[in-house]
Amino acid sequence: MRWMWIDTIIDCEPEQQLVAIKNVSLAELHLHDHFPAQGDLSAYPVMPASLIIEGMAQAAGILVGSTRNFKEKVILAKIISAELLDDVVPGQTIRYTANLQRIDQTGASTAGVVQLLDHRDGAWRDLGRIDLMFSHLDQNRAGIEFPEENFVFGENFRTILANSGILERLCTTTSE
Amino acid sequence: MEVMTRDEIIENVQDVLEEALGVDHDEVTLDATLMGDLEAESIDFLDIVFRLEKKFSTPEKPFKIEQGELFPENLMSDESLVQDGKVTDKGIQMLKERMPHVDFSLFDQDRSIDKISEVFTVKSLVDFVERKLDS
Repeated sequence: MRWMWIDTIIDCEPEQQLVAIKNVSLAELHLHDHFPAQGDLSAYPVMPASLIIEGMAQAAGILVGSTRNFKEKVILAKIISAELLDDVVPGQTIRYTANLQRIDQTGASTAGVVQLLDHRDGAWRDLGRIDLMFSHLDQNRAGIEFPEENFVFGENFRTILANSGILERLCTTTSE
Repeated sequence: MEVMTRDEIIENVQDVLEEALGVDHDEVTLDATLMGDLEAESIDFLDIVFRLEKKFSTPEKPFKIEQGELFPENLMSDESLVQDGKVTDKGIQMLKERMPHVDFSLFDQDRSIDKISEVFTVKSLVDFVERKLDS
């Protein structure tokens, strides 16, 4: 299993907003343990809330990284708040909309909306909100040095960006 | 916009700390230390900076806090500033110059870097905001 919790990016407004999609499938092994049948209770596979937050962190992290042309190592530093109102079950699709609130040399904060598509009726519903804070690792307050290679935006991220056909749009920004 | 009173600044700083650190209103006393009493971690400082900027910015006058302006940066990695776990003469002079909003008098007696966090109180944030709004 690769640690990617978004499937594709469907829209972006450089330095402002990024929208990503995650399709939840029963082929994901962890869903069989979250939660398995027990005694009289039948299995209840739901996407762990922690991974929904990770999905938002990846969508928002790409938005933050793109504003510096992916040169900074963008690390999730703090979950400011997370509120999810319902379970997400296999067959549903999650839509993450991340908005950039604030960015500077040291880090960034984002506000995010999570929505859920139930394919049976084709309707999007609001699932919750996830607000995050990111740190630019090389600008850490302790002055610790990290490897030069950008291990945050590795091959998997590049694949998603390339497949989304969005890399050029994201990387044409000029801000410093 | 009318000039903010000290009480209004205190009220707004309290709001910021409640939101950033998830603490209760009555915990945020002026004497409370950010890291000791309110259990702030290093990343919370960035959150606090962002929230202070948002809280005190007006369309006419943006409230922009530069890196290292409110809290010290890279102190540990500079040997001329910290030696054997103690802040040097040069270090304490730099801290006092760069951070006039902080009372270093008690810290100056011991200078142990482990205790630097104790100087950052709610009052030091209020003083910082008040000075900056005046400037």
